Amino acid sequence: MDTFFQQVINGLSLGAIYALIALGYTMVYGVLRLINFAHGDVYMLGAFAGYFLANALNLDANPSVLWAIAVTIGSMAICAGAGLLIERLAYRPVRHHSRLTSLITAIGVSLLLEYGGQVVFGATPRFFPQMIRSETYAIGGVQITNQSLLIIVFAVVVMFALQYVVHRTRIGKAMRATSFNLSVAKLMGINTDFVIAFTFALGSALAAAGGVLVALAIPRIDPLMGLMTGLKAFVAAVLGGIGNIPGAMLGGLLIGLMETALSATAYSTYRDAVAFGILILILLVRPAGILGTAVTEKV
Amino acid sequence: MRGLRKILAIAATLAALAVLNIVFESGVGGFQVNPYYARIIDLIGINITLAVSLNLVNGLAGQFSLGHAGFMAVGGYTATYVTVAHGAAIAGLVGGTLDGGAGAFVAMLVSLCCGAAAAALAGFLVGVPSLRLKGDYLAIVTLGFGEIIRVIILNIPAVGGATGFTEAIPLTTFFWIFVVAVLTIVIVRNIATSTFGRALEAIRGDEIAAEAMGVRTTRYKVLAFVISSALAGVAGGLSGQLFANPLNPQQLNFMRSIEVVVMIVIGGIGSITGAVFGAGILTVLPEALRTVDQQFPGLRMVLYALLLILFMIFRPQGLFGRREFGWSWLRLPNRTKIPVALSDAADARQHTGRRPVDRRSTLGGSDTDD
Amino acid sequence: MKRHRGRSLGLALLGVATLALTPACQRGSTGIPVGLYASLTGDGASFGQSSKDGTELAVDEINNAGGVLGGHKLSLLTEDDQSRPDQASNAVLKLITQDKVVAVLGEVASSRSLAAAPIAQRYKVPMITPASTNERVTEAGDYIFRVCFIDAFQGEVLAKFAYNDLKARKAAVLKDIQQDYSVGLTDSVVTHFSALGGQVFDPVSYSSGDTDFKAVLTNIRSLRPDVIFATGYYIEAAIIARQARELGMTMPILGGDGWVGEPLKNGREALKNTYISNHYSGDNPDPVVQTFEKSYRAKYGHAPDSIAALAYDAVKVLADAITRAGSTDGVKVREALATADVAGVTGRLKMNAKRNVDKPAVIQEVTYANGAVTFVYKTTIAPD
Repeated sequence: MDTFFQQVINGLSLGAIYALIALGYTMVYGVLRLINFAHGDVYMLGAFAGYFLANALNLDANPSVLWAIAVTIGSMAICAGAGLLIERLAYRPVRHHSRLTSLITAIGVSLLLEYGGQVVFGATPRFFPQMIRSETYAIGGVQITNQSLLIIVFAVVVMFALQYVVHRTRIGKAMRATSFNLSVAKLMGINTDFVIAFTFALGSALAAAGGVLVALAIPRIDPLMGLMTGLKAFVAAVLGGIGNIPGAMLGGLLIGLMETALSATAYSTYRDAVAFGILILILLVRPAGILGTAVTEKV
Repeated sequence: MRGLRKILAIAATLAALAVLNIVFESGVGGFQVNPYYARIIDLIGINITLAVSLNLVNGLAGQFSLGHAGFMAVGGYTATYVTVAHGAAIAGLVGGTLDGGAGAFVAMLVSLCCGAAAAALAGFLVGVPSLRLKGDYLAIVTLGFGEIIRVIILNIPAVGGATGFTEAIPLTTFFWIFVVAVLTIVIVRNIATSTFGRALEAIRGDEIAAEAMGVRTTRYKVLAFVISSALAGVAGGLSGQLFANPLNPQQLNFMRSIEVVVMIVIGGIGSITGAVFGAGILTVLPEALRTVDQQFPGLRMVLYALLLILFMIFRPQGLFGRREFGWSWLRLPNRTKIPVALSDAADARQHTGRRPVDRRSTLGGSDTDD
Repeated sequence: MKRHRGRSLGLALLGVATLALTPACQRGSTGIPVGLYASLTGDGASFGQSSKDGTELAVDEINNAGGVLGGHKLSLLTEDDQSRPDQASNAVLKLITQDKVVAVLGEVASSRSLAAAPIAQRYKVPMITPASTNERVTEAGDYIFRVCFIDAFQGEVLAKFAYNDLKARKAAVLKDIQQDYSVGLTDSVVTHFSALGGQVFDPVSYSSGDTDFKAVLTNIRSLRPDVIFATGYYIEAAIIARQARELGMTMPILGGDGWVGEPLKNGREALKNTYISNHYSGDNPDPVVQTFEKSYRAKYGHAPDSIAALAYDAVKVLADAITRAGSTDGVKVREALATADVAGVTGRLKMNAKRNVDKPAVIQEVTYANGAVTFVYKTTIAPD
């Protein structure tokens, strides 16, 4: 029984990581109808920004929760800037072209970040400094680290915060309008360029926070770390219903649980295939996702 | 008269390839192409097949597949496995051996056909669910499919697992590679100028409008996807059975698919000539830049990424656009002209990659399709 | 349409011209050309760099001592294979047919050595791999040699140490399915540990680059093994050790020579109670080893790892063979290599009939202190 509950905890810890990234994915897709391939790479960038900031402050030797929060915020700011740059330099020039053009551009940006990262940071994985000392809590035979707990709590908080921003604030209303119809929103006097830029900055900042938190729990970081995680997070967003914020959370947790369940069997090496198998299955059975309706509720 | 010309052209091509094959593989009168250059030219041939076949889906039909390496893997492993496990028996059917002559020829033919069939089946299974939906999903599903295939191959010790399929019998020759490359070009070109090609073009232009005009969009998309996958499978079979070039799951990853995409983007999405040219550039460049690569590791991939973005922003039509290099200028002036698919003006609009009718920018337009 | 035809034809011709011109950029070289292909970039970059450093040190030493065959210097030509098997083939084909090297050194990873070996065999150019431990590498032909022990032996050493010294009876194995090295080592560990009378649970697989091992470790925990073999490379080893300890698993963890790499230190305190088998120990008082340690540190500023030591030995074996053959002819050098018997820094290198060397392995305890890992010599285990 211990083993079962331990696996559930393992699955939720992993799922919360996907959920955190899926939230950003779903928001950008909701507003722009663009699979922002580079989202996973901004997450990578966030982890690296955190790495350099934390090392500059020598937090590995002197762990401190306050400084860890400062590092996270710093990394979020850096990535928000990076997100704005990406949107302005790469996505905006092709926004009115075909979806194919935007998609190839997005893949180009993703590759640029990954391999640019390899040139700048080197291909060899690095290990994230322990800004917060790792602690393990045991409840019966079930163990959970403080870092995993942090990720789960943070993902839930972000979900509620986003839900609030999108449905209860002025900018959220503008985002929903832009998503519904860009040109009409423009005619209504909404500065759609600003709304889209804001969405990118917000999404990128969330990805950065995710990058730092995940690197705390699983310290290995390398320039290609965002590729697979990002794709799985995208599948999580589709599973929950793309554009739907609680859906992204649900999708992320479900994929984490399913991967863990498979790892616990003799087929552990197939776990990278799980997410894509699920994707094909959803597309066949319920393309709108679990929480999505045929006319998706848009962000 | 036309039939005779066709037969003559085919015979001439085969004869030329057979002669070149001798120069490349065994040498004539002391002259043999340096094996290193011969290898590069062989790899160009395989990449031409990959690029031109991907062009059928990404260029003609306007769908976006990111899993070409996956189909290459399915076909390649199937074909190689066929000759490793049953090659000798197949060669024995015609009274030959795998060492050469009719036996090797038949074994190779059978293995490539099996590879094509397996890849076509995989293409069908992946294409049906994803092609019913918007193009974006196809990209992710094909990418995911490629990863699934890679993971499955890693788990099969009979085909070498992580070590790669090193038991492969080196049956691939210059002749096979270029027969397949030429065949691929002819097939895709013929599709492009047929009713099927027009249907794909309509789908690329505006799927909803095409459907309204009675084009069975899903069916055509799946068919194009299946043919493209089958050809990628044959390329895999050629690659896996090339001397000292074993298939390896680690190499048939997402990056290999991207490489093929870059080839057709540079050449011009939709242009066969462009795909051929792109395949040539992207095979020769890394070899020519070996020393540069060593000094600035990873810079080549950064260059690919920048090329993708810059081409999309400034020249989405690639080097060639949708133009083709043809032999018509060799013909006598009184010959009937080949009908040109699109007027230059229509061509130019296609090049920008814009939708023919941008519904978002029209007053009366609606976005209900999103 | 017609206007553009000239241009595209021109572009096509340009492409052909590029192809035709490349032979003009051949490298000029003096002395006896020796080729090295290594993974200087890509996933295996750390291995490639070590093997390049070890090789260059040995070549310099030989040349400073007057070269071979009466004053001919070795001239090393290095090609990067980007950690890709197909690039390894291209690199070796280029070294042999274009640069006309008399012998090829490399690779570390068995998959890349296996890809390129048939080329060396076809052109009758001897190839010495410093560190490919997969048995099948030297089976590619009689021109292929190695200077390291094979997976089967390393697995035997680990199994013996776990069973005899650690008194383990139940073992779990974690293997990296993406690395043939790990798959081969796992097979061997399982065979030998069972042969000694121990019980091995079904090996659990993961893939290079995985970061979350908690699910598989939780499963292993429920089986209560006395020892865990982690047969993959250093990065995953560091993470596996950490996550195992986080789950409250304190049993010894054992690995092979793949654990040797700078990033292992990130396992931190979790590395307590872990052991590895290795080719080489810098603690060895043998003057050959101590001289090598000293000159390596002088040249590169850090201690050599086992890959560098093996690469160094490979060059020494080659130079010895060329000297004894009295020629750089491939056939003669091959014959001399087949009877090689050299005192190397990784032990006595005596070629056997399978073109492998039989030599002992060392077991080292991994210790972590003040942000660095040191390997402390425990014992030497010789082949039967």
